[in-house]
Amino acid sequence: MRLNLTADRGPMTLGQKLWHFSWFFLLLLCVIAGIGFGMLYSAANGAWDPWASRQAMRFGVGLVLLLAIALTDIRIWLRYAYVLYVLVLALLVGVEVMGVIGMGAQRWIDLGFIQLQPSEVMKIVLVLALARYFHGASLEDIGRPGFLVFPLVLVGAPVVLVLRQPDLGTAIMMTMTAAVIFFLAGVRMWKFALVGAAVLGALPVAWSLMHGYQRRRILTFLDPESDPLGAGYHILQSKIALGSGGVLGKGFMHGSQSHLNFLPEKQTDFIFTMLAEEFGMAGGLTLLGLYMLVLVFGFAIALRVRNQFGRLVALGVTGTFFFYVFINIAMVMGLLPVVGVPLPLISYGGTAMLSILIGFGFLMSAYVHRDVRISRHGTSEDD
Amino acid sequence: MYREDNTRSKAFSRRALILGGAQLGLAGVLVGRMYQLQVLESHRYKMLADENRINMRLLPPPRGRILDRFGVPIAENRENYRALLIAEQAPDVERTLDTLTRLIQLSEYDRRRILREIRRRRSFVPVTVRENLDWQEVSRIEVNAPDLPGVVIDVGQSRVYALGERGAHLLGYVAAVSEKEQGDDPLLELPGFRIGKSGVEKEYDIKLRGKAGSSQLEVNALGRVIRELDRQEGQPGHDIHLTIDLALQNFAIDKLQDKKSAAAVVMDVNSGEVLALASVPGFDPTAFNTGLSRSDWQSIVSNPYAPLTNKAVSGQYAPGSTFKMVVALAALESGAISPDLRVFCRGHTQLGNARFHCWKKGGHGWVDMRDAIQHSCDVYFYEAARRAGIDRIAEMAKRFGLGDATGIDLPGERAGLIPTRKWKKGAVGVAWQKGETLVAGIGQGFVLTTPLQLAVMTARLANGRLKIKPHLVRQLEGGKAPAEAQKFDALGVSSEALRVIVDGMNAVANDRHGTAYRARIEEEGWEMAGKTGTSQVRRISKHERDTRVLKNEERPWKERDHALFVAFAPVHAPRYAIAVVVEHGGGGSAVAAPIARDILRETLRRDPTGAGAATTAGKGVPPPARKGEREA
Repeated sequence: MRLNLTADRGPMTLGQKLWHFSWFFLLLLCVIAGIGFGMLYSAANGAWDPWASRQAMRFGVGLVLLLAIALTDIRIWLRYAYVLYVLVLALLVGVEVMGVIGMGAQRWIDLGFIQLQPSEVMKIVLVLALARYFHGASLEDIGRPGFLVFPLVLVGAPVVLVLRQPDLGTAIMMTMTAAVIFFLAGVRMWKFALVGAAVLGALPVAWSLMHGYQRRRILTFLDPESDPLGAGYHILQSKIALGSGGVLGKGFMHGSQSHLNFLPEKQTDFIFTMLAEEFGMAGGLTLLGLYMLVLVFGFAIALRVRNQFGRLVALGVTGTFFFYVFINIAMVMGLLPVVGVPLPLISYGGTAMLSILIGFGFLMSAYVHRDVRISRHGTSEDD
Repeated sequence: MYREDNTRSKAFSRRALILGGAQLGLAGVLVGRMYQLQVLESHRYKMLADENRINMRLLPPPRGRILDRFGVPIAENRENYRALLIAEQAPDVERTLDTLTRLIQLSEYDRRRILREIRRRRSFVPVTVRENLDWQEVSRIEVNAPDLPGVVIDVGQSRVYALGERGAHLLGYVAAVSEKEQGDDPLLELPGFRIGKSGVEKEYDIKLRGKAGSSQLEVNALGRVIRELDRQEGQPGHDIHLTIDLALQNFAIDKLQDKKSAAAVVMDVNSGEVLALASVPGFDPTAFNTGLSRSDWQSIVSNPYAPLTNKAVSGQYAPGSTFKMVVALAALESGAISPDLRVFCRGHTQLGNARFHCWKKGGHGWVDMRDAIQHSCDVYFYEAARRAGIDRIAEMAKRFGLGDATGIDLPGERAGLIPTRKWKKGAVGVAWQKGETLVAGIGQGFVLTTPLQLAVMTARLANGRLKIKPHLVRQLEGGKAPAEAQKFDALGVSSEALRVIVDGMNAVANDRHGTAYRARIEEEGWEMAGKTGTSQVRRISKHERDTRVLKNEERPWKERDHALFVAFAPVHAPRYAIAVVVEHGGGGSAVAAPIARDILRETLRRDPTGAGAATTAGKGVPPPARKGEREA
């Protein structure tokens, strides 16, 4: 085994950190975001306003955040993981309470340039908290069922809050992300199977607790053409747009479905449809390929990092990112019900953009500090 | 410590690979779905996208014109200026309407309708504010355009009728399509499209309508038009040339105008062409097009003179004495009587216990058939009818076009009624009474005819050979005249019998003692032959007959007799036949005959072939020996 000299030389200098930073990864993110700006430009019928310009500004802010997080020592993030979790959970409770007291269902906090949705940030902070917990766990610990109670509470609290909003898409994403971390930490397969069976058994109960519009969404997902002008309209129009795009598409700014407004929410949830209508399957595959590159990069980092916290954060963030991509694209192609998950880095919307970039900030932090070894108790092993 | 971390790291790597594999698999599912939608099913979705995007809009063709026999337009299209309001272009609809109300007349009712339509439609769909703007109103709106945001002037087409209410029954009118009339033609679904609702407009609606053009428009999800992709012009409706003479129709209405309710039909005895078809009172055909107010509608419907009914084809009247030619022919042709039969009229005849009266209280004395027609002696025809029997009379009546619809190219024609034994058994359920044959013999009782049928009957009498049929259309544009295509059946009545009848009809008008002598045509060569008729609409009681029968003027309008007259001219070379019915008008000779005479003379005067080189000598046929009388 190769001896790591860097770790032994004490704290890294800024220059070392910048050297360790993956500029290629940053370029990849910029390319994807650039595609997004182009689509938003088209969605506004060839105008930077109102979407593309604001999106670019948010991306810029997000990049600064990403860099700041990436260059901060991973051990600091380890130390404050629970604190961040508690803070964001408090915000989540806060908007929930405000939403109840106030007239409407306001679920964001206005930061001036963006309206921050705590539930989006929670997806990332949850990864941190779980990684922090499992960082200190040996395989024997994980084998004990009682050991899993605390992390389940960590997951359960925000999921319940988000479900109450009600935001099924976010709740599912949080659960799946958590499952990924549990899985990577080494929780036995049969326990997943057990939970899976329990979930299946609970489906009828969940159905009875669902809101009418949620049930309708699921029903129209199963048979969208039964109600072509009602709730099935979105899915059907999206499939028409995608299918009519063909292999090479109708050309930039020439998507009839998008530009004649048959396609709903073309700048947010259905932006992939618009891309695939205007650039065809070729465009769709290109974007998917870029996303896969991000994914591969995430895995490469995770396997390269030498501390459990960093590894778990790296794949937790990558997993979250993957779920965004998969659920959104599957949703607009009619493979999943419309649950309102944006396409990361492309869909117009500040919170998702920021939380993704923040997430990648932690991923980068893990990469920059890949050779730092951290004891199970949260300190450097050489301290 | 290191070892522990090592095993953990290995477990992590193993599971990371599993996770990566799973995610790659899911990405593969996305690619597969993309392939399915964008390659395999792409064609179907391309079609659906075009269906979304492309909207066919129909372009209504201009409606064909209706022309009279000389090519003068009777119904045509005129440009109709209307004001439309596009809500989304008007920041304050109420304000715009206020301003508009100061410029053009706009009722509170209109205003509510406009606001309701604006609420119901999408904001870029124009709503009609008012139609039929005149030039002053149009220019007033145009000048004030800056103060009227959202108001635009649009040119449409509306139907105008040269005859106005004088041709309303004949031509009918056009109006919006009702739900029941929706059919295969997509034009019918076009908002604001008008179709023929009655008269010629209805009968020839398909020809007049034309074929729709279409425009392919690209629209967005809200239906707003983005641009036109393709355009196909339609086919304008065919013009229709009628057999009607516009001036004669006008003349006929003029003559009927002062009667409360009347009808007249003029037709060519050789071709069956109808030259005038008049019915009064009329109605304003454009009122139905632009929309009637409730009160206007109520006053039309409750009008006792039934302005909506085309009495020339739908009015059914007992023919009275105008039926006597048919009775005479039935008796002659069946051999039931000979032309020389003489009957003694003492004012009434007896059948069992019942007494049947002649219109002339004192009786006519000895009369033969010619005399009986000339004086319209009822007793003679009681006898003729009794001998012929009802079924023979009915058979002859049918041969002259009575009791069946004539098949004229107009909607709403009625068949009248010619009773037979079988009919009565079936319809009334009681056996035929002999007395009823006598009543039918003078055109009363069950017998009902329309003015058009009477004109056809007279035309066949004048023609003598063919069962000519009436029709209104001379030529469809680009098509053959229906008349030429029509072969008439033989009438099958002997000329000897006809000669006796025509002789009698000639005497009616031209013998000094004829019932219509005062209404004769004096121009030499144009003389007419005719028959008066006065049909009772009430029963005259025994008491009334014993004391004094009330004169028509003393009775309420509804109880007065119908005045009828049928005639043809010139008597020696028949060209035209006419039937006139004045509802509750009184006596046929005094009321109906002069009208028929005037119209018939005008018809001959307008005949381009110059049917008779008439002189205004006023000699007529030498008067017979007997004294003239008033008839009934």
